[in-house]
Amino acid sequence: MKLSLGPLLYYWSREDTLAFYEEAAGWPVDSLYLGETVCSRRHLLRLPDWLDLAEKLTAAGKEVVLSTQTLIESESDLKALRKMVADGRFLVEANEWGAVRLLAEKGAPFVAGPTLNAYNPDTLAILAESGAKRWVPPVEMPREMVKAMLAATAVPESMETELFAYGRLPLAFSARCFTARHYNLQKDDCQFRCLDHPDGLTMRTREGDDFLTLNGIQTQSAKVMSLAHRIDELHTAGIDLLRLSPQSRHMGRVVEVFRALLAGDIAASAAPEKLDKLMPGQPCDGYWLGEAGMAYHPM
Amino acid sequence: MPALLELICPAGSLPALKAAVDNGANGVYLGLKDNTNARNFAGLNFDAKSLAVGIRYAHDKGVKVLMALNTYPQPATLPRWHQAVDIAATTGLDAIILADPGLMAYARKTHPNLRLHLSVQGSATSYEAVNFYRERFGIQRAVLPRVLSLPQVENVVNNTDVEIELFGFGGLCVMVEGRCLLSSYACGDSPNTFGACSPGHAVRWQQTPKGMETRLNGVLIDRYADNEKAGYPTLCKGRFDVQGETYYALEEPTSLNSMEMLPEMARLGIAAIKIEGRQRSPAYVAQVTQVWRAAIDAVKKAPQTFKPNPAWMAQLNKVSEGSMSTLGAYYRPWK
Repeated sequence: MKLSLGPLLYYWSREDTLAFYEEAAGWPVDSLYLGETVCSRRHLLRLPDWLDLAEKLTAAGKEVVLSTQTLIESESDLKALRKMVADGRFLVEANEWGAVRLLAEKGAPFVAGPTLNAYNPDTLAILAESGAKRWVPPVEMPREMVKAMLAATAVPESMETELFAYGRLPLAFSARCFTARHYNLQKDDCQFRCLDHPDGLTMRTREGDDFLTLNGIQTQSAKVMSLAHRIDELHTAGIDLLRLSPQSRHMGRVVEVFRALLAGDIAASAAPEKLDKLMPGQPCDGYWLGEAGMAYHPM
Repeated sequence: MPALLELICPAGSLPALKAAVDNGANGVYLGLKDNTNARNFAGLNFDAKSLAVGIRYAHDKGVKVLMALNTYPQPATLPRWHQAVDIAATTGLDAIILADPGLMAYARKTHPNLRLHLSVQGSATSYEAVNFYRERFGIQRAVLPRVLSLPQVENVVNNTDVEIELFGFGGLCVMVEGRCLLSSYACGDSPNTFGACSPGHAVRWQQTPKGMETRLNGVLIDRYADNEKAGYPTLCKGRFDVQGETYYALEEPTSLNSMEMLPEMARLGIAAIKIEGRQRSPAYVAQVTQVWRAAIDAVKKAPQTFKPNPAWMAQLNKVSEGSMSTLGAYYRPWK
């Protein structure tokens, strides 16, 4: 199995973002996903900046994938999407079906992102015909369903599977910005408050339990999905890449733990303790087991 | 001539279907009694017998019947969705409303004459996405997620041949439909796979010394003081704490009501207005259908001078969630 660093879901300053990727160039990850997938108002890095980064990371021996915006609302969103698709130097991850249309028209191979909702082999086969060489299952898809998908004859053998294996789960997208709402601001005048929350804003229940994370128009879990302790199951299920989702602190050390697991340098049973201090929240793994996503079974 | 402002009403049961037909709907939409549709609630929906009766009743009065098959089929149970498409094709339904591309391909191949609509659960918010479904599967209508402002809707309409249907009234998803897993994160069942959000089996109501508490699989969604009316714990409409402030962090318990935008929707050439609420009573369906029929007729007659009648708005407010309504994303500052 290979390791990938998923797209950065938060909004950091330009300096912090560039410093993060400079470090990441030295981490033992095989692939990096670049680009703004959450909010079109986040502009501290624009496409030319991401492309520069992509060149540098490629030169450092990494596979780079450009990841498209998940919620397309305006003509300017489409313009940005078309530019990304047109560049052609790098693989693209399509996160909605408009991007699939553009990539298929161009005849470019692509990665089918988790929000394309490929819940059955027929749909995955349509993505394959359209040019998908890799897919990321919906983050709620359980182990047994992933296995059934890969066993289906409609799905080409060559299709790579990348699983969301670590990080706060991206659960929902909205036209509304919940961070701006928290500050009683309108989205169009949000004053970029996301910059103040490098790992999002925690939303707690009225009895103080961490429940969700507000990240602009995206809602994430407050818990951190981690399948590190289930690495053997991931092998058996036929997963090709593990996606690790960026967080503001300790990301390099998280990558090292997963690399050590893959190399057999640490046992799966030792993983939770190693990750415990590196995680911005409590762990969860329920989706993989076909349960509530927030559930956790440490084995 | 293409359709303009057809009124499409919810039918969670045969009495609701009759209420919609009798009060002026141009079409009704319904689902089967299982997880092939996004209102998979106990006691709702149709079996073969009630479906046949419902179709006859509607067709006798010139009203169309659409079937929602708008959840995402999964490998182990794919035949159930295929069977549902076959039923739709052989019982004389006027169209099926789908979200999943694989299922669209099946419908197209097996029943090439069956009319296909793209469900709101398909999350298509741009004309590029809508045109993908058009080219590949020949969809004839798309229901847009409740996330676009009207100028953004106009941009979609101007760049596709697909008829566009918009939500007019009813429960409001604050998230992009088809892109929300909050329910499965909390309790294991999502609209995408199970066909329900915040499902009844996970809900607990409990009177405590601190007030009435509503929980979803143990997660406290809200707590109500004695003078507050407790609402159903739809998890995006509870009160939560963010940085020490307790409020409706995602959305208030409110309904969508876009009636004042009807003249603009008519100008854009919107094919149909959808009323949400298959889980609501026949009385709700009758009342909402009647009001919207009157409103749409008034808009068609005199779009320039149309103003929602205060009596209509009062009637709609009475049946709205939390007795509140919003223009939602159609009105940009909501975002």
